[in-house]
Amino acid sequence: MLQIGVLAIQGAFHKHAETLKALQTQPVIVKYAADLAHLDGLIIPGGESTVITRQLGYRLAWEDLHAFAQKKAVFGTCAGLIMLGKGCTDPRVRQLGLLDAVIERNAYGSQIESFTEDITLSFDEHPFHAVFIRAPKILKVGKEAEIVATFRGEAVMVRQKHLLGAAFHPELTNDVRVHDYFIRHCVTQSGK
Amino acid sequence: MEKSSYEVKVGLAEMLKGGVIMDVTNVDQAKIAEDAGAAAVMALERIPADIRAYGGIARMSNPEMILKIKEAVSIPVMAKCRIGHFAEAQILEELGIDFIDESEVLTPADEENHIWKHDFKAPFVCGCRDLGEALRRIGEGAAMMRTKGEAGTGDIVEAVRHMREVNRGIRRLQMMDKEELMAEAKRLGAPFSVVEIVAQKGRLPVPNFAAGGIATPADASLMMQLGAEAVFVGSGIFKSEDPSARAEAIVKAVTYYTDPAVLLEVSKGLKDAMLGRPAKGLPDDEQLAKRGW
Repeated sequence: MLQIGVLAIQGAFHKHAETLKALQTQPVIVKYAADLAHLDGLIIPGGESTVITRQLGYRLAWEDLHAFAQKKAVFGTCAGLIMLGKGCTDPRVRQLGLLDAVIERNAYGSQIESFTEDITLSFDEHPFHAVFIRAPKILKVGKEAEIVATFRGEAVMVRQKHLLGAAFHPELTNDVRVHDYFIRHCVTQSGK
Repeated sequence: MEKSSYEVKVGLAEMLKGGVIMDVTNVDQAKIAEDAGAAAVMALERIPADIRAYGGIARMSNPEMILKIKEAVSIPVMAKCRIGHFAEAQILEELGIDFIDESEVLTPADEENHIWKHDFKAPFVCGCRDLGEALRRIGEGAAMMRTKGEAGTGDIVEAVRHMREVNRGIRRLQMMDKEELMAEAKRLGAPFSVVEIVAQKGRLPVPNFAAGGIATPADASLMMQLGAEAVFVGSGIFKSEDPSARAEAIVKAVTYYTDPAVLLEVSKGLKDAMLGRPAKGLPDDEQLAKRGW
């Protein structure tokens, strides 16, 4: 059974673990550097990117996470997308910079601007009910990355080989298609 | 595009899990809180311990102060309105607050009715002492629950009582036959539809956080181990002698709440916690948890 970690510093990590279970994979709560061993992939959940930045380096070093994400599959949602991407000018947030996409934090405004919308997936003909919570925007997609979901023509999910980043929260719905895509196309592509 | 659905409101509460929400009264404190790793801040004119000392009527904070804090930090900003005071809530929503706390810490505006929270675009958090109270608030549209505890005392005893009460109520529901649920809903004074969901799922349909009397990393860990999904710290940080270090210690204690080595490490070297006062000795009219029903 595939073992997929969920970074559990702060945020919606339990919801991701539930979705992973529904897909017959073994979720592993990740809070320490040692938790990264033997994982086939990792999810960086939504939460506050400032909080995750602040606490990395305590029991889980930044360098360990970076080294993991260079080789193994990582799926970032919302705050996780920000961590994977580039170009955030806010000094309160540190990015891994591995996903070739420029991300703007909290691009829609305060919570009353949060929304749900049916988005278009590149890998499935049926729309996906996506939940956007104080969501980031993907401002620019670099050459290395491909767009795998759009909403009104704008990229909301991008993939770069073993890395996947979404501006929305597939873990908040019962629809497992996005996690399934991550497992089939990112996890199984990356070296064990 | 659908904004402000219940799903979106509960969604933000989900994102705050595993975090610490800190009471702050000015921009400097808000920045200290954010730098220490707060997942959100609660903007208010006076922290609960000072509300107790100050007396008078405690109302919604000055919107200008809340706006300044909103500008200073990038994390979600919450603010309190009085129980039943939907006009205060309308003002908070208009200024773009991320979460409204319909709070017993302020002087209630209505002793019978809470706000009908479904009508608002902004999500609400409410306090509870037991399952019935939690389910009534959820019925009215609350997107997050928290224990009431006894705010501003630095005494954890009431928060523990309330968390255990809620969890005991949930366990009772899980053991019941379908036939018993209606009678239990009547006993709890809770909407049947929500009772049914809780009986089925074995948990509240919204995140359940701890608040009221948390003053140390150990307090935060205790509440997390009792089932809280995140922690509010009110007076405990800025009434202590070392707000920044204590805030950071509590943040770590919440993430690593089951790791005694971390708890020991972050507890060492802290200066004095807030002095506090026992919740038990409070006269009736000073017991904030009794406000609301």
